[in-house]
Amino acid sequence: MKIFAPFQKKKNENIATEVFSASRRDFLKVGGLLTGGLVLGVSFFSCNEKGKKIVSIAPNVYLQIGSDGKVTIVAHRSEMGQGIRTSLPLIVADELGADWNTVRIVQAEGDEKKYGNQNTDGSFSIRQFYKPMREAGAVARLLLIRAAAQRWKVPAEECDTEKGQVVHKGSGKKLNFGELVEAAKSLPVPAVSEIKLKDNSKFNMIGKETPIVDLHDIITGKAVFGIDAVTDGMKIAVIKRCPVVGGAVKSFDDTKARAIPGVIKVIAIKGPGLPATLSKPLSGVAVIAENTWAAIKARDLLEVEWDLGPNAGYDSAKQIETLKQEVTKNGTVRRKRGNFQAAKAAAKKVIDHTYVAPYLAHATLEPPAALAVVKNDSCEIWACTQNPQGAREAVAEALAFQVDKVKVNVTLLGGAFGRKSKPDFIVEAALLAKESGFPVKVQWTREDDIHHDYFHALSVQRIVATIDNQNKLSGWDHHIAYPSISATEDSAVVQPSDGELGLGATDFPYDVPAINVETHDAKAHLRIGWLRSVRNIPQAFAAATMMDEVAEARGMDPVSNALELLGEDRNITFNDELVKTTYPNYGEDIASYPWEIARMKEVIRRVAKESGWGKDLPKGSGLGFAAHKSFLTYVACVVEVMVDTNNKITIPNVYYAVDCGLAVNVDRIRSQFEGGAQFSASLALKSMITVKNGQVEQNNFDGYQIIRMPESPGQIHVHIVESTAKPTGIGEPPVPPFTPALCNAIYKATGKRIYTLPIDMNA
Amino acid sequence: MVFAECGNPTFYCATFKRNIMAKYSIQVNGKKHEVDVLEDMPLLWVLRDVIGLKGTKFGCGKALCGACTVHLNDDAIRSCSYPISSVGDARITTIEGLSEDGDHPLQQAWEKFVVPQCGYCQTGQIMNAAALLKRNAHPSGQEIEQTMQGNLCRCGTYNRIKAAISAVAGTSSSASK
Ligand code: FES
Ligand code: FES
Repeated sequence: MKIFAPFQKKKNENIATEVFSASRRDFLKVGGLLTGGLVLGVSFFSCNEKGKKIVSIAPNVYLQIGSDGKVTIVAHRSEMGQGIRTSLPLIVADELGADWNTVRIVQAEGDEKKYGNQNTDGSFSIRQFYKPMREAGAVARLLLIRAAAQRWKVPAEECDTEKGQVVHKGSGKKLNFGELVEAAKSLPVPAVSEIKLKDNSKFNMIGKETPIVDLHDIITGKAVFGIDAVTDGMKIAVIKRCPVVGGAVKSFDDTKARAIPGVIKVIAIKGPGLPATLSKPLSGVAVIAENTWAAIKARDLLEVEWDLGPNAGYDSAKQIETLKQEVTKNGTVRRKRGNFQAAKAAAKKVIDHTYVAPYLAHATLEPPAALAVVKNDSCEIWACTQNPQGAREAVAEALAFQVDKVKVNVTLLGGAFGRKSKPDFIVEAALLAKESGFPVKVQWTREDDIHHDYFHALSVQRIVATIDNQNKLSGWDHHIAYPSISATEDSAVVQPSDGELGLGATDFPYDVPAINVETHDAKAHLRIGWLRSVRNIPQAFAAATMMDEVAEARGMDPVSNALELLGEDRNITFNDELVKTTYPNYGEDIASYPWEIARMKEVIRRVAKESGWGKDLPKGSGLGFAAHKSFLTYVACVVEVMVDTNNKITIPNVYYAVDCGLAVNVDRIRSQFEGGAQFSASLALKSMITVKNGQVEQNNFDGYQIIRMPESPGQIHVHIVESTAKPTGIGEPPVPPFTPALCNAIYKATGKRIYTLPIDMNA
Repeated sequence: MVFAECGNPTFYCATFKRNIMAKYSIQVNGKKHEVDVLEDMPLLWVLRDVIGLKGTKFGCGKALCGACTVHLNDDAIRSCSYPISSVGDARITTIEGLSEDGDHPLQQAWEKFVVPQCGYCQTGQIMNAAALLKRNAHPSGQEIEQTMQGNLCRCGTYNRIKAAISAVAGTSSSASK
């Protein structure tokens, strides 16, 4: 089984839609749907540019209109705070003309045959499914309109839908969807080619603010997360895992653990050794008990002798020192334009800095948890997973079951940020359920989560920028060293992948005559994964703070500097300059999703205007700017900072301008940017994982800190550029530009440049 | 900076040493529950695993995140660090018992400002804020921050939490909208 990082996905072909009338047998298989009513299956298939079908992705979504007029939509993506369980059904409902108050959303289980690829990662749900979802709604609308037109004996063209009714414009006659269901069922399902999508001006919900569907359940404590899953006879497992990645249990003594009342079984789990993989559990010893407390207590009393393996001597501070040396040498060239050495030789000024960023843990507030029930040769899972199909395959492989004997139910996710796309914790539950004979819920403690995450990798980068005697930025030389995500699957990998570099390094958009991107060896000693916006975090931190120094060296304002260096309005591809690869463009074809300089400039101008860029601020205060495109979304950010005489940092205002194409759910775009700024503030100011003797040194939220309310950014102003372009992601793009904008603001306020994260004003 | 003290809530640092089962009768949301559990079992796990009230969440187990906040009489406590043996005949209120149907003024404000993202921290946030407003119906912005600093939100909903509490408190609201 293979888990793909979001930016490593194979290029997506175009997605086309086919809507069919679902048979009773089809929809009975879909849990949670009522029987009866009009049920449409919507199948998406990938096709080439000419619309020729390549692969059928099978029915992804079911849409039911009951005889009571209620509309049920099966959501096939995981909800983790980004609002997708609201935004995707909203698109269908708006196109259909449904009454949103009578729409019910049912979460689909993980089943690729039924729902297509459900991996919710890489900010691409809305991007990929915007049009297909609209088409699904439009087909259902046409069907209901035809049924009403037949009954009224009027042309279908004279009818429309509105708030769950079909309306005849001339006579004002109205029929509820429910009254038309029987008639609609007997009509042939219209082909997608017969439908006409609504004009954008007719939208009632798309582009507006729609509260999330789970809101009431969340605030009353009824929302069910992975940790809340229960079933009859369920036992709880808590696991002591090997503190060093690649190590294994040698022997253990569970005498003390078993003395805790409520302990039922102690079971060892064999780990994969190295590579640790993106899907398999770590080696450890599990306590299975009647309740969580007994399991935690007993787990802490286990005495385990480990074979710590080859990573036992690893020290992250030492690796950083080594990498600082590495990046001064020649590396492997990954992008090349012009002649950097010549530019450097002719330079009037050379700016040369090294940037360091630490390991980060996801620290989702809900620690990983999964419930598994194994019966004979089948297994059913309830889990907070971003990737139910990946989980399904990983469980099937671990238990040696047929994939179709494994069912994965997706709960709400108490935060994910990339962590919950890895099914290791789900496989643990499945293995323990099989071995013990009980339904088992595996519960990670916070300490487990901080110690055994798939970490965001530490990084060392060096950027050399040269200014020529015309005062132009003449050369850009970016050296990069960090352990690659790929090393988690293949220990031999020591260099960043093209995909990782395409997140803010090789796609450096500024029009500089000489650009050089080189990478250096860095071995992985932990499980490396992806964290909200991935390598964009360190790469944007280095590039956008260096750009601020370039502006200063040129005697220019940073905003004017960026606008000038972006050059003429045009589309760029990087392809001629990338070594042995093409620009990954987040898995999208660059022709359909071009890199448009004009859109980047527009968000920069907009943020400058909205933030009052250039205004005078009192001493100790400053504005900082950064712009960064990621996940196909253009973002510019201005941070206002105040630094007092004790070096205490306050962030009264953050300004964002964003172009994410057509804004589907404005409120959720805002909330993602608010949260993205807070997320970035944590990593800029607080969070750091360090490793000694191969073991993570932090344990809980005291050692691994995230931002708290008093020090969190005060007001976050989000300005969304009006656009009719294809919608793009919003979950990750807010994160990268905030941190460099903050660093640049601190420089403005204090004269101190930041080269190391998290920011230490006393360093 | 280390946040050893988490806002105002009182929490109890138990010494988790003994392995003795004992019977307790506790009052939760106006109902009596008889439980037979380890005497050092934190109230959190009694609520979640034994009584089945899942609205109270586990985030850290060490009084560092506030996800497990409930009321002991009128005070907010971190239930993950409060052993059942210390509850006695105090009234425990969880999110399930805060209001009849989610109509506590704070819950209404949470809906109005669409505060939650993933939602996981929100019951703890609401319970902590509710205890604050019981003590002080009109807290200042700074008092709100002081109290709420014990509650982490990894999704970063702080701006809206503050706006929602301020709206109920009738103090200046600072929504970032
Ligand atoms: S779980 Fe109790 S404070 Fe975090
Ligand atoms: S809403 Fe996700 S942790 Fe607060």
